[in-house]
Amino acid sequence: MKLLKDLWQSLIYSLVGLGAVTRFLLRLAAESPRALLRTDLIAQQIFNSGALSLVIIMLSGLFVGMVLGLQGFQLLQRFGSEEALGTAAAIGMVKELGPVVTALLFAGRAGTALASELGLMRATDQLSAMEMMAVDPIRRVVVPRFLGGVIAMPLLAAIFSVIGIYGAQLVGVQIMHVDAGSFWSQMRAAVGLSDINEGIVKSCIFGVACSLIAVYEGYYADPTAEGVGRATTRTVVTSAVVVLFLDYLITAAFL
Amino acid sequence: MRKSQTLNLGTGTFVLLGFAALFFLTTQTTSHGLAFATPPHYDVTAKFDNIGDLKVGAPVAMAGVELGRVTKIGFDWKDYKAVVTLRIDARYDKIPSDSDASIYTQGLLGGKFVGLTPGGADSYLKDGAQIDFTQSAIVLENLIGQLVANFTKSKADDQAAAAQPAAAQPKSTEKTK
Repeated sequence: MKLLKDLWQSLIYSLVGLGAVTRFLLRLAAESPRALLRTDLIAQQIFNSGALSLVIIMLSGLFVGMVLGLQGFQLLQRFGSEEALGTAAAIGMVKELGPVVTALLFAGRAGTALASELGLMRATDQLSAMEMMAVDPIRRVVVPRFLGGVIAMPLLAAIFSVIGIYGAQLVGVQIMHVDAGSFWSQMRAAVGLSDINEGIVKSCIFGVACSLIAVYEGYYADPTAEGVGRATTRTVVTSAVVVLFLDYLITAAFL
Repeated sequence: MRKSQTLNLGTGTFVLLGFAALFFLTTQTTSHGLAFATPPHYDVTAKFDNIGDLKVGAPVAMAGVELGRVTKIGFDWKDYKAVVTLRIDARYDKIPSDSDASIYTQGLLGGKFVGLTPGGADSYLKDGAQIDFTQSAIVLENLIGQLVANFTKSKADDQAAAAQPAAAQPKSTEKTK
């Protein structure tokens, strides 16, 4: 009986959480058009979540692509159709691995930074101080960080995909000696604009999800050292689960 | 001032890289591509009855060595044949004009490529020339169809041969019915 009651309680809590996140998202969306005019703030945040994540994204993209090339080659070789490697690598990169792995890395690299920064601002009463000076902290601090993440994420995913395709090409063509012309021509014949489109839509939605979770967890973190730590952890865990869940939904919608 | 300059530089580089990547994805990995400068070459055409799934960009090879690429696949409405344009590297300019072109498959299920077999003529293929002797792609379904047809035909012959001596006796299967 107690168990049922606990379950009921946690269900209510998670519903309350979901509602709060949704309201927070609507608030951010309402503030966004005005915040876009503050280009200097946005640029600063694109730098923080985008340009600073570039190295980890490019390195991961290279290795993911190389592994894809190696595994794809081993598999396709059994059917004697190694030339399809380009198609396999490009489709896998652009549609799935690019957006998803980038989103997971983005949550780990940029999301945690956002959450801990905002959480620490909360813990050290900087946000309250802003309110005291009649500066809306959401408009001044949260929205630029959110928008910076939303803008940076699709660009990061595109860079990841390109580096990944070149990683697959590196292994497939330079090491395994798949014909370069067949690699690219079969890729071009098989990949359509709709595939690229799916990748872009996915990365945009993941960008919104990851940035929203990070700023929400940070903004509403408990104002203690422990609270900031918990907010950071929750950012990564929630982002990962939400991204993989959304990935399934979007893939199904595009089929 | 200096700090904001490096900040702008970093942001600008990142955004530029991002859009360059998007541009690359839309133009270089799809068929909506842009052609870049090509090394010296000459083009010859060849008409095939059937090119199978030969694609633009497939290699053109002689004796297993790659000489060029397929650059265009068209259709001839007069004799309902496929017109394949082969772009051959200018280094290989001594291909006899009576060479023949065939379409082969790389591996069992791999892509198609055009294989050239040298002829014996003294004149060489030039830009705009046409290869007269061609052999179409082998379509796996046709091959299997022929095989099955041959198989059933020979089986029918066998049965007919077996049935002749047995024809005098009534068949046991008919009796049970």
